[in-house]
Amino acid sequence: MQEQIAKLFPQATFETVDNTLTVTIDDAHWHDLATYLRDQLHMDYLVTIVGMDWVTSLGCIYYMMSTVDNKMVAAKVSTTDRVNPYITSVADLWAIAGIYEREVYDFFGIIFVGNPDMRRLFLNIDWKGFPLRKDYDENDPRNAVSIENERQTDDTYTYVRQADGSVERKSVPVFMPDDFVVNIGPQHPATHGVLRFRTAVDGETIKKIDVYMGYIHRGIEKLCESLTYPQTLPFMDRMDYFSAHNYHHGLCATIEKAAGITISDRAQVIRVMMDELSRIASHCLFIGTYCMDLGATTMLFYTLRVREQILDIMEKTCGARMTFNYDCIGGVMQDIAPDFVADVKALLEILPKNIKEYNKIFTGNVIARNRMEGVGVLSRQDAISYGITGPSGRASGWACDMRKEKPYSIYSQLDFRQVVAEEGDSMARFKVRLQEMEESAHILEQLVDNIPEGEYCVKVPKMLKLPKGAWFDMYEGCRGVFGVYVESDGTTKPYRLKLVPPCLNLAAVVDHITRGEKIADLITIGGSLDYIVPDMDR
Amino acid sequence: MPYEAWKDNEYIEGLVNELRENGTNVIVGTFDKLINWGRSNSIWPLTFATSCCGIEFVSLGAARFDMARFGWEVARASPRQADFMMVAGTIVNRMVPVFRRLYDQLAEPKYVIACGSCAISGGPFRKSYHVAKGIEDIVPVDVFVPGCPPRPEAMIYGIMQLSRKIKVERFFGGVNRQQKRQEYLNLVQEKQS
Repeated sequence: MQEQIAKLFPQATFETVDNTLTVTIDDAHWHDLATYLRDQLHMDYLVTIVGMDWVTSLGCIYYMMSTVDNKMVAAKVSTTDRVNPYITSVADLWAIAGIYEREVYDFFGIIFVGNPDMRRLFLNIDWKGFPLRKDYDENDPRNAVSIENERQTDDTYTYVRQADGSVERKSVPVFMPDDFVVNIGPQHPATHGVLRFRTAVDGETIKKIDVYMGYIHRGIEKLCESLTYPQTLPFMDRMDYFSAHNYHHGLCATIEKAAGITISDRAQVIRVMMDELSRIASHCLFIGTYCMDLGATTMLFYTLRVREQILDIMEKTCGARMTFNYDCIGGVMQDIAPDFVADVKALLEILPKNIKEYNKIFTGNVIARNRMEGVGVLSRQDAISYGITGPSGRASGWACDMRKEKPYSIYSQLDFRQVVAEEGDSMARFKVRLQEMEESAHILEQLVDNIPEGEYCVKVPKMLKLPKGAWFDMYEGCRGVFGVYVESDGTTKPYRLKLVPPCLNLAAVVDHITRGEKIADLITIGGSLDYIVPDMDR
Repeated sequence: MPYEAWKDNEYIEGLVNELRENGTNVIVGTFDKLINWGRSNSIWPLTFATSCCGIEFVSLGAARFDMARFGWEVARASPRQADFMMVAGTIVNRMVPVFRRLYDQLAEPKYVIACGSCAISGGPFRKSYHVAKGIEDIVPVDVFVPGCPPRPEAMIYGIMQLSRKIKVERFFGGVNRQQKRQEYLNLVQEKQS
């Protein structure tokens, strides 16, 4: 791959960061390289854009993955201008890049030339400064908490490069003057948290949705930069609180890889079992709340019954019901409870009966089928372009399960099926989750009697220092791919910790899926995507 | 729950003493008792959750913890129909005006429970650039429920404290008193200065 790129782009320099080929290129050639990577090398899945502040320069690292052969490549683009940093946008190549670039603009102030919508994503339009820059003043009184309503605008900006090389700012309206705009959220029972949709409707048909985020943006990435590596772990519980174990697993495994720590087999097995238990509990709650959104309140009580049983298992071992903080660097915090094996077996016994019951009550129901089948269809191509991973992506026919595609931990030794559906509608997204519960149960069956003996946590240095370098890894959360990017400058604290949540993509795609659908179906579609708002906002 | 099992009886005693010192009309007092008995057994929450604590609140509504036993199960999506607001989750800068408006929309008499460490003080995110350090600066709070997130049992305890508080209030001429416009404006001005 390096030779192919070097032939066309002689000015590019190459390095290998954490087994990923990283191409450094200047801004003038970046768009051409991106087009080449996407069209010729099939890098059609843009995993993330990591904004960076290297003090002397600002820049972005683009992580791309091929859906054909699962190869990855990274591209580094930077600019030394801190006042007006311009980078060419790639929003025309990957649909999700528009949102990613807005996020980078929000945090670092890098302006993407050619992006059609260059507003802030999480912070107010009047926010002063760019929080993830190293010279950001956190105590700026202009950013203090205020009960005054934030300024709203119906305009957005786009930056266009002129023929003479200068960049001009243009104002673009978000909605047309004769659009009828309905506001949904942030306080709305069906948005699953504090998410806001500004919806332009034509009668009952949705014309456009403008997604507003940031109502629960807590600045986790910035907080992590002032904490030591073990101290960053508890935040993983509080992002996607259903995937608490999976996210912990992801961050721990990346830090362990960077520090060269090998953990025991016992810890590996316990981690995977906890991940799969979380997945069942998470999908249970999804089914419950989703059915409740559709009017079948009873299902919530049925599914929470199983979830409570799983939470009991967790509580006995981890000591908490939700925010476990169980995985730690080097293994897990404490050994499993004496009843763990018996409890998991009891769960596995009742689970098939329960899933059968869910199908009987809800899946075959004619009202449910009419409301879900053919509603909110997402094609495979769009799913990849928007980076929709997890059960929602697999329902569109894209095999994107990182446990299979890029196996980590002990997943390569386990026997399980990657659930993929072709329809891409709300029903498929619902069914994929139901079947994934069965697959998770199957994984647990293989492991429950085979937990190896050994220590549950290996010794790690008290003050953990990572060598200089950068690491990027992808893990499978309950809702999709969870990416971790760690850059270390050789101290006990991360220089940059970028967390790639799956839910940001899920919220970004709502506009695309719902166009032309009825407004009542917005609830069905939003529910079936199953986004968690604190996860996308971080 | 027996009287001895409560952890903060001094506080309620203080409230009761204050009421006794002010003196209450016998007839009004009897009506107060009757109405407060009804009010304290049917406090309806507003469905308001921003993060993790909200999920524990969902568990509270399900069969295992079953808040319907106490008459709290009628979670309302509109603040105009709710009695109290369970602030479950972090309140960030952008949410503050929205949150304040929700509180203003609650019909009097209204109550607020700060649920979880984020709502109490900012919790683990206290040092962040975009988090309100406790909701007490934004709205008056009646009950604090610590925990991250609090267990459903803790939430039950917290809401039971609220219903105890409601029971000793003076409904007539007390919490249900209509505020004069000028009085309200003075209060707002006082708060701003």
